[in-house]
Amino acid sequence: MMTYLPQLDRDQVARQIQHLLDAGLVPAVEFARDPGPYDHYWGMWKLPLFDARTVADVQAHIGACLQAHPDCFIKLIGYDRRRQTQEVSLLLHRP
Amino acid sequence: MTTSMSDPQAAAARDAYQPGVQEYRDAYYDPGYAPAETDILAAFRVTPQPGVPPEEAAAAVAAESSTGTWTTVWSDLLTDLNRYRARCYQIAPVPGQPDQLIAYVAYPLDLFEEGSVVNLLSSIVGNVFGFKALRALRLEDLRLPVAYLKTFPGPPHGIAVERDKLDKYGRPLLGGTIKPKIGLSARNYGRSIYELLRGGLDFTKDDENVNSQPVSRWRDRFLFSMEAVHKAEAETGERKGHYLNVTAGTMEDVYQRAEFARELGAPIIMSDFFTMGFTAHTSLSRWCRDNGVLLHCHRAMHAVVDRQPNHGVHWRVIAKWLRMAGGDQLHNGTVVGKLEGDRTATMAINDLLRDDFIPADVSRGIYFDQAWASMPAVFPVASGGIHAWHMPDLVAIFGTDCVLQFGGGTQGHPEGNKAGATAVRVALEAVVQARGEGLDLAAEGPEILRAAARQSPELRDALALWKETRFEFDEVDRLDPVGAGGARERRPDR
Repeated sequence: MMTYLPQLDRDQVARQIQHLLDAGLVPAVEFARDPGPYDHYWGMWKLPLFDARTVADVQAHIGACLQAHPDCFIKLIGYDRRRQTQEVSLLLHRP
Repeated sequence: MTTSMSDPQAAAARDAYQPGVQEYRDAYYDPGYAPAETDILAAFRVTPQPGVPPEEAAAAVAAESSTGTWTTVWSDLLTDLNRYRARCYQIAPVPGQPDQLIAYVAYPLDLFEEGSVVNLLSSIVGNVFGFKALRALRLEDLRLPVAYLKTFPGPPHGIAVERDKLDKYGRPLLGGTIKPKIGLSARNYGRSIYELLRGGLDFTKDDENVNSQPVSRWRDRFLFSMEAVHKAEAETGERKGHYLNVTAGTMEDVYQRAEFARELGAPIIMSDFFTMGFTAHTSLSRWCRDNGVLLHCHRAMHAVVDRQPNHGVHWRVIAKWLRMAGGDQLHNGTVVGKLEGDRTATMAINDLLRDDFIPADVSRGIYFDQAWASMPAVFPVASGGIHAWHMPDLVAIFGTDCVLQFGGGTQGHPEGNKAGATAVRVALEAVVQARGEGLDLAAEGPEILRAAARQSPELRDALALWKETRFEFDEVDRLDPVGAGGARERRPDR
């Protein structure tokens, strides 16, 4: 299930991305067709978005990933390199 | 050396054996002493017997918890007591408590065995707590030097590795204790676990007294519990766990249960660390690291030693001991639930469990800077009397790195465990989403929950049921007021 909320709309996603960027986290987009509970590694959509500065930058990558993999689960990650962990893991798309 | 080696008269006086009773303060009170970076520092709340001067009472604590005894003995002259004796280096008054004082004591590192919490306890909280010259004694805080901490393995995994293993990020984890704690058959117990995990909890939990009673022997409980965990994982696509309590009467039984849990694929087991004892718990913690199994720690019996405001050991010290001995999750207060725990003190203890450096701040009950030198962090667990309405406050107070446990708050739902678990999961995700949108959780919490409940009948029913439940009693143990003339903040290394 991974989330118990209804799918977020575009504006809701935009606000979560802004929060992630404001916190100084590195955004990344990942996808998987049929992820199981023991799958730590989903496919990476390109490298983590080290250069992303705006919500639009991140949303462009999410859109491109969705277009290429419409049959996959897609999630947004916010990585904290100092603490070596993810601070955000947000399911964006359920096929 | 305080006397010159070149002065024969002084040397003779120093070496002469003078039997008899000395004042403790002659040898153990040293206000000029500057603590070494490697000293263990203690802050004691001392209540002397009437007529005992503060310096003598404070020095007696230092003496009786290190090298001293009541009279001089000849063999004192066979050693260099300067190297081993603890020293009271400062005394501070306690505002509003004229019969109490805070004694700061420095212990040289050579007093202690490396890697043994037990040795630390036998020394610092040993016989001294029954000392007749004191009416009461409480250990408020300990500064553990980095050189000493590096001899302890600490938590088997820590917060970051636990999240990686479970693949759960960006939100508190959700748990629930199975109720009634005793009385369900192993099979019915597993049913309760399955329903809660299927509904949305990450973990379920044995209670502290669930070991291997006649109604449900441990092996049966472990088998049915893990069937429930695996079924819920397959159906939800998420990692799940049940804290299998491996606490038992002997270490052989503890290891047998832990190994069976590992064979069944259990990601996490559980210890009643305080009733089991620090030696047993530390061994189990090492086993958990060697075997890749997470360790949940229940603190049953802690209130026996930490609840009285003027005697015993403060919970913040016991929590530090547990981080040294090792544990991946530890029960702490809830602030909002049914169990004791002043908010400021509870939050300070969360910092001691989770952060790598915690600055001294007496107004929070933290008497010393504490550096953990990259020792893994412990998840604080908030458990007891909490339900969906508390979620905004819990996330605002505890932040992301915590485990929130709902026992009655899930299983008391009108539609049962699964609906109750879904209700708290929806509440949690809605609150985390609102936090990401920058909403004020304390002010807007109720509206956030009501909005989420419009899409979740489970949450709507939970909010309707528990609307009025509050636990508001006076705290038994309060922090000292700090102000002019109060205990001053002290950072001996600065």
